[in-house]
Amino acid sequence: MLSRVAENLYWLGRYLERAEDTARLIQVSRHVMLDFPGAAVMGWSSLINITGSHELFDEHYGKRDEASVLAFLCADRRYGGSIVSALAAARENLRTTREVMPREVWEEINQLYHSVTEQVSRGIAMRRMDGFLKSVIRGCQTVTGMIIGTLSHTPARTFIGIGCYLERADMTTRTLDVRSANLLPRTPGDLTPFENLQWMGVLKSLSAYQMYRQQMRHRVRGPDVVAFILKDHLFPRSINRCLMDLHRNMYSLPRNGEACAVVTALQNRLESVDAGWLAGSADDLHRFVDDLQVGIGEIHDVIKSTWFAGVDEPAPVIST
Amino acid sequence: MSRIEWSDYACSGLYDELLTEGGVPREAALELCRYLASLSAQEVAELKSAAEVAIQVMGITFTVYSDGNMIDRAWPFDIVPRIIPLAEWQRVEAGLKQRVHALNLFIDDLYHDQRIIKDGVFPAELLEQSVNFRPQCVGVSPPHGIWAHICGSDLVRDKDGTIYVLEDNLRIPSGVSYMLENRNVMKRVMPEMFETGRIMPVDDYPAQLYDMLAAMSPRPGDVPSIAIMTPGIYNSAYFEHAYLAQQMGVDLVEGSDLIVGTDDCVYMRTIDGLKRVDVIYRRVDDLFIDPEAFNPESMLGVRGLMRAWRAGNVALCNAPGAGVADDKVVYAFVPKIIKYYLGEEAIVPNVPSYLCMYDEDRRYVLDNLDKLVVKPANESGGYGMLVGPHSTAGQRAEFADRIKADPRNYMAQPTLMLSAAPTLCAEGIEPRHVDLRPFILSSGSDTYVTTGGLTRVALVKGSLVVNSSQGGGSKDTWIVDTEGA
Repeated sequence: MLSRVAENLYWLGRYLERAEDTARLIQVSRHVMLDFPGAAVMGWSSLINITGSHELFDEHYGKRDEASVLAFLCADRRYGGSIVSALAAARENLRTTREVMPREVWEEINQLYHSVTEQVSRGIAMRRMDGFLKSVIRGCQTVTGMIIGTLSHTPARTFIGIGCYLERADMTTRTLDVRSANLLPRTPGDLTPFENLQWMGVLKSLSAYQMYRQQMRHRVRGPDVVAFILKDHLFPRSINRCLMDLHRNMYSLPRNGEACAVVTALQNRLESVDAGWLAGSADDLHRFVDDLQVGIGEIHDVIKSTWFAGVDEPAPVIST
Repeated sequence: MSRIEWSDYACSGLYDELLTEGGVPREAALELCRYLASLSAQEVAELKSAAEVAIQVMGITFTVYSDGNMIDRAWPFDIVPRIIPLAEWQRVEAGLKQRVHALNLFIDDLYHDQRIIKDGVFPAELLEQSVNFRPQCVGVSPPHGIWAHICGSDLVRDKDGTIYVLEDNLRIPSGVSYMLENRNVMKRVMPEMFETGRIMPVDDYPAQLYDMLAAMSPRPGDVPSIAIMTPGIYNSAYFEHAYLAQQMGVDLVEGSDLIVGTDDCVYMRTIDGLKRVDVIYRRVDDLFIDPEAFNPESMLGVRGLMRAWRAGNVALCNAPGAGVADDKVVYAFVPKIIKYYLGEEAIVPNVPSYLCMYDEDRRYVLDNLDKLVVKPANESGGYGMLVGPHSTAGQRAEFADRIKADPRNYMAQPTLMLSAAPTLCAEGIEPRHVDLRPFILSSGSDTYVTTGGLTRVALVKGSLVVNSSQGGGSKDTWIVDTEGA
């Protein structure tokens, strides 16, 4: 497979996941905030922090109210992580790799992009916001489902998967970081109902609430939530699970040694960290999440240098 | 949409590909004409929309630019095929093989001894002024002496039924994917017509193309590594590049995917590392393939590609410099070129041509601009032409000035009354002008001609311009064996 094609597919996976995760994040944030409107202003502001886009946002918008934040995250083409931009980027990446992809996948992304662009250009009324977000999530899932169901287990599929899992891990770390910032430090086990709601909000932002209840079998507590999001092996959006899936995909590729080692190193850090200790201190959790973000950046770099070799650094010649 | 009544079909004063004057079907078209006449108005409409749906579902598009945006348009297609009897086609096929054989000898000669100039058959000043002659190619001997591996020659038929070669496209001719897809559409919408087995198949082209490309490999014996090099998704023929890559199972590369090593071999960047490339079917104009040898600004090319080609480490198809024979002025010399190299008369004639570089011809052209078609030597796609009978006095005056300023760059031909074929238009079935572009593959040991080719049709009433960029469409082309009937 050509490096350029592999790189485009990797970004296709990342942008598709980014569009879906952004929609999920907004959707769940709205539900949580409706439960305690007093925290609303702080809540909308935190969405901008999660996406790491505060500089761009503050440059173009006066205040971090619901309407501005939603317009920015859903429809602003100046922001590369907005739903519209992410879908546009996914579509562009697929356009140049159409020949390796089942035709229906292209048609589906194309249709999703056009339908989202159209809804956004008409303006989304607040009461239709939920429907809009659902249609984005469902559209992305349809595309993902088609890829899973129709694309052979070739490197094409592997690179889409790698992009998707890395993006998901990245989004999870961001969500955990920002959503827990104002909850800590607290004494484990000593939760007010309000805090309980907020930790539930963290779980719900990651669509993790139900799975948490099933697996943890007790009430929502800070240390358990942190442990679940960081370390769980079974929940598909936990950072550990994302890294496991990432590793599994990379392992099927040629010359995977260095890249797999970088992923394993990050997994080891995750496994060895004390979640109870992190849940006890906002600063420590924040520092650890920073470390994870650096690790995710390193994974991206090693993927790039191994398989997408740039113009100035040719990869080793293979004998034919 | 109404029923098709051949007795109402008015096609007088021109040669119709399917019917003789008076609405009587030609022998090879008899079955088709009967079939079409048997359909109800409803069925005709259904046939047309079935073809439109097939084209949309199959994703057959061509790309146009509009306001800086790229738009994929559905390929305009007419469901009434154009039919040529097998016996007539076999003569045309022999003529095309003869022509391309001679052109390859001519190009090879121009880049070596230039015997044809020394022998006074081809004027030296024409070569000196040629914009497609590449000094970088002098002395290079590509495998088997083949420069124009893939040629697309445009054929037209005049009022009296004579088929002429109108031009030879030796640089990067396109359209063959539409020929293949047109047949796929027709097999979906008119399967009953194919059951008789008298329509010759066209679908072995990708296999033939693959074999020809493989035969050019500098490392015979191995399974060759072949790539199609495209300028990218914004090129109007990107659909075709991707289509052919898919059909042949080869890589579709852009310039940035390739790198020339210090060993002067070409490699592509893959997830396994660098992989050697043996043959490149380049769909990038030769001036842009290598910023080191040609246009230094080119972002589409690969630095060092010409070095690798000259060293014989990679085959380029078509070879750089092949375009020297793809020039509307050189065209006029093709009958002489055939005679010179092969000692034969041209089997398929040229359209009579006037070269403005010659005083006598130029005087005639300037005096008869209203009757002639004037073409610049090096434009393609129907751009920069003057169609005399359809021109204004102002346009003629402008062309007269241009011809006087640069006579070498212009040639003129009488306005042919291009043949027509019945075409399903909004108002019903009407004659529309058509041409034909067959594709010829040359590997040195073998020459292959497509069975028929791409029939292009001017969808606008009375128009002679068949280019898809200017309102043209296409039809399926049937070579029909009437012997077994």
